[in-house]
Amino acid sequence: MNIEQIRSDFPILDQELYGKPLVYLDNAATTQKPQCVIDAVRSYYEKDNSNIHRGVHTLSERATAAYEASRETIRSFFNAKSTKEVIFTRGATESINLIASSWGRANITKGDEILITHMEHHSNIVPWQMLCEHTGAVLKVVPMNEAGELDMNAFTSLLSERTKLFGVVHMSNALGTINPIETMIKQAHAVGAVVLVDGAQAAAHMAVDVQALDVDFYVTSAHKMYGPTGVGVLIAKEVLLEAMPPYQGGGDMILMVTFEKTQYNDLPHKFEAGTPNIAGVIGFGEAIKYIQSIGLDKIAVREKVLLDYATSQAELFEGLRQIGTARDKACVLSFVLKGVHPHDLGTILDREAVAIRAGHHCAMPVMQFYKVPATARASFSIYNTEAEVDALFAALSKARDMFA
Amino acid sequence: MFSLGDLYKQVIIDHTKSPRNFGKLEPCNHDAEGYNPLCGDQLHVYLQINDSDIIEGITFEGQGCSISTASASLMTEGLKGKSIANFEILFEAFHKMATADLSDQPNQDVLGKLAVLAGVKEFPSRIKCATLCWHTVKSAIQDADKTARTE
Ligand SMILES: Cc1ncc(COP(=O)(O)O)c(C=O)c1O
Repeated sequence: MNIEQIRSDFPILDQELYGKPLVYLDNAATTQKPQCVIDAVRSYYEKDNSNIHRGVHTLSERATAAYEASRETIRSFFNAKSTKEVIFTRGATESINLIASSWGRANITKGDEILITHMEHHSNIVPWQMLCEHTGAVLKVVPMNEAGELDMNAFTSLLSERTKLFGVVHMSNALGTINPIETMIKQAHAVGAVVLVDGAQAAAHMAVDVQALDVDFYVTSAHKMYGPTGVGVLIAKEVLLEAMPPYQGGGDMILMVTFEKTQYNDLPHKFEAGTPNIAGVIGFGEAIKYIQSIGLDKIAVREKVLLDYATSQAELFEGLRQIGTARDKACVLSFVLKGVHPHDLGTILDREAVAIRAGHHCAMPVMQFYKVPATARASFSIYNTEAEVDALFAALSKARDMFA
Repeated sequence: MFSLGDLYKQVIIDHTKSPRNFGKLEPCNHDAEGYNPLCGDQLHVYLQINDSDIIEGITFEGQGCSISTASASLMTEGLKGKSIANFEILFEAFHKMATADLSDQPNQDVLGKLAVLAGVKEFPSRIKCATLCWHTVKSAIQDADKTARTE
């Protein structure tokens, strides 16, 4: 794999901040976009812009074809059974809210249990709290250990016939942990629970086959996989989607409206009310093709090499405590540095042109577990290099010296 | 071009490493909690205000970044012995300094030592770190039972 070639696909990387080359290590927040995605969005607005599924004119037909072609690209990437199972949303957050509102209100009653884990992003906690408050269901949490791995024994004993849904993050944004979702899905199914996997972080780093996994709901956001912001996907089993009431009402999700009664549209349109983010969906499809052109297998191998390099540097760095040392992890180096608050690190590193995230990473319970107010997080992507890891640690040395 | 040195002046590093008036206050008749959700900074201020509206004692506790810790430390030094009316003037002056145009000079006469924090205005994402403690004291004085924010 030629990293320099890949870097040249991302125009934003070719810039300096404060006289130093940009080192972008905030990929878990959002990845940069390759030229092909930027071009696809631009070309849509320059040549094909019009509304979809409702025009007889040529532009509308072109836009509809491009939008639906993206759906097929995404279906095939995740190996969903049919495009009926591919629902476009605003992102992982909206996908989860869709499930909680639509599936949740139809299936959850008082005394039922929703099981999630200690390392969920707020977007896979709060919708379930809201649902529990509304229905009287109970939220249960799978604990984790000091390394940031889920406690599988506790998971087994928390599962029961009361468990109606198990929600788990595929790869933690705060820790990098990759969870053993294959086993967990099987175990949850054995007690009759449906399973939601939050793939917001994982989808850009490892191959996901929703049929092989037999997962009920898989969600992700385009912007963390080289695509545009404000668009994502919910992939769900058709039988579940068929039985679920619509999430939002409006145009596109109906077949026939009278004041007496409305007949809902077929899948997937039943869950896509209103004019969607057409350009975003088209860009999303292009981003998936970009990933496919490199190959997820190669991406996973390369990113592991880079993470191992960064981890070995971290282990040598005096005063650095890694937060999240799971055996199976990817692309995330979360840490605290003795004597320097993460927020100060963020500012100091920024002046060295090194972009990292400092904060709670929308995973406050993880911070509470490690008893830290925040962590600094460097997160890697396919275009990052060993030289950039060196720049990170050089900048960290400067920060440490300032407060020495 | 602004350098890191504009923000992390030696005085600030010094107050970060050994914050003044850190801990609980006894006796204490006003206190409040401040929270900055962006970076997780959490701050508790304690005040003893006498019948003539003079801040006789002021301390703080909590965990925060260098800027919020140093700002709280410097603030407690600046407010001890001052009247509530004086606090209002300092609050306004501090807020103005932190959010002013880059070319504006801080009001050194009013702010005194607090003017070392003028550099935050060059770092927009850090302004709230510096102002959190002031908002927290304000709610302590007003005895608001809500957690203070910087908005
Ligand atoms: C693990 C995880 N889940 C969910 C989300 C939410 O994604 P979005 O904000 O794109 O909806 C994120 C994004 O930070 C994430 O990292």
